[in-house]
Amino acid sequence: MAQPQSLVNRRMVMDWLGIAPFMLFAVLFLILPTLYLVTGAFFNPAGEFTFQNFRDLFQPTIMAAYWISIKVSMASAIGGLLIGFFLAWAITQGGLPGWIRSFVLTFSGVASNFAGVPLAFAFLATLGRTGLLTFILTTYFGFNIYSHGFNLLSFLGLTLTYMYFQIPLMVLIITPALDGLKKEWREAASILGATSFQYWTMVAFPILWPSLMGTFLLLFANAFGAIATAYALTGSSLNIVPIVLYAQIRGDVLHNANLGYAIALGMVIITGVSNFLYIWLRMRAERWQK
Amino acid sequence: MNGKKILAWFAFAIGATYFIIPLIGTFIFSMRMRRGELSFDAYRSVFADIQFRETFSYSILMAVLTIVVGMLLVVPTAYWVRLRLPQMRPVVEFITLLPLVIPAIVIVFGYLRLYNSSSFLPFTGSARGTDMLLVFSFMTLSLPYMYRSVDTSMRAIDVRVLTEAAESLGAKWTTIMFQCIFPNVMSGVLSGAFITFAIVIGEFTMPSLLNRPAFGPYLQLIGANKAYEPSALAVIAFAMTWASMGLINLVSRFQKAARARA
Repeated sequence: MAQPQSLVNRRMVMDWLGIAPFMLFAVLFLILPTLYLVTGAFFNPAGEFTFQNFRDLFQPTIMAAYWISIKVSMASAIGGLLIGFFLAWAITQGGLPGWIRSFVLTFSGVASNFAGVPLAFAFLATLGRTGLLTFILTTYFGFNIYSHGFNLLSFLGLTLTYMYFQIPLMVLIITPALDGLKKEWREAASILGATSFQYWTMVAFPILWPSLMGTFLLLFANAFGAIATAYALTGSSLNIVPIVLYAQIRGDVLHNANLGYAIALGMVIITGVSNFLYIWLRMRAERWQK
Repeated sequence: MNGKKILAWFAFAIGATYFIIPLIGTFIFSMRMRRGELSFDAYRSVFADIQFRETFSYSILMAVLTIVVGMLLVVPTAYWVRLRLPQMRPVVEFITLLPLVIPAIVIVFGYLRLYNSSSFLPFTGSARGTDMLLVFSFMTLSLPYMYRSVDTSMRAIDVRVLTEAAESLGAKWTTIMFQCIFPNVMSGVLSGAFITFAIVIGEFTMPSLLNRPAFGPYLQLIGANKAYEPSALAVIAFAMTWASMGLINLVSRFQKAARARA
């Protein structure tokens, strides 16, 4: 009687061994490193449990860093959302020729992956102090954007640059949702006498809002964790959170290693909350896409 | 031409302006190195730079290692979850999404503290060890994309039937894996590989904090010290991203054509 029992167990052990390498990888290179920082945030350098690191987060320089990061991520997400939605609407329902649709989608695939240092170079060459567009506007139109308060190395400049990967991401995510708006809904609405405005506010947007909110959160988290573009663009003249953390990792500029862990934990909480809300909202949105 | 169509063209025009001006601006800027005329001097200067060649080939090597090791990890896992452990599917999918939740800079910060030269796994104690750690960090970055593309193409085949057919012919598990499963999900493997390449080749944060001579940190260095070379490099990087995405489109088109014939 004992024989079949052990066979079943062996099969179960085999089953679990099959994903053991993956689990080991996840534990060693994703979960343990993060847990190490998370727990470290609750201790002082002497190894005693404390909440002091979180109180230290509220010093003006760190708060300012979180604030500017949140502002840039928020602004670039809203900008990406609006323009991306407008573009996605144009290629799905605006009656544009089919080749434009496939061109926009292909280009979005490329541009959403064109981030990091090269993106900063592109914007410096275009809108930097010696950039081509700056030069053209000054020479031919007599309008120097830099003497009118524009600066690429600022909140506005960074937001404008981030939108280069935010808009395409929005187009890629929202186009399927717009394709999912059934023709029958619009026809039903117009038979009942609804205007185009009523159709959008009372039918389309209530269906789309989980997708829209969800995508907004994804774009927000996407911008919040990004560092390479900002670092190459502004050096350390615009202190967003990832740049403060980068400086802390390289040279312990805050003179407190555990405070660095608290900053990291703060980032994980912000990107984590927005991503989980995104996943939850996407599940809600998919109800309508069946 | 009705109002809706005009509005649609207007949206397209705004989008096109915003996206094309920086590309044209960068391209023209990159050709202005010689005073008074357009030339490809900046590109010549880039390609002649020994550091460019070294960091670029280092990053290509790291990208290839990431793709090979990553696929050897991801394909069997996705296969096994479909075949034997469907109840683990949500957990595995959740793990593959984690790199989108935890910023790259946080992950590598954890590595630096956890795997320093006095730890139980002293990866950063030697250059080879740090290279390994870099490959693993690149794997975490590309995990969401690799897993998604492999799992999508695995959905189109019946892994259970394939496995049973192979087993009934006496195939060992290595034969099943490399002669049945891998060839059948090749389109997913290839698209995952190209997107990984596009992400990893210019990645800045991880190699910079791990102090490895990769292409991303080199780009940053050039940006801080040169005038025209950065825009030439941006044009090259854009062309590479475009090539990776083009190859993904090509692969999926071939796959569709193959299905239609079958």
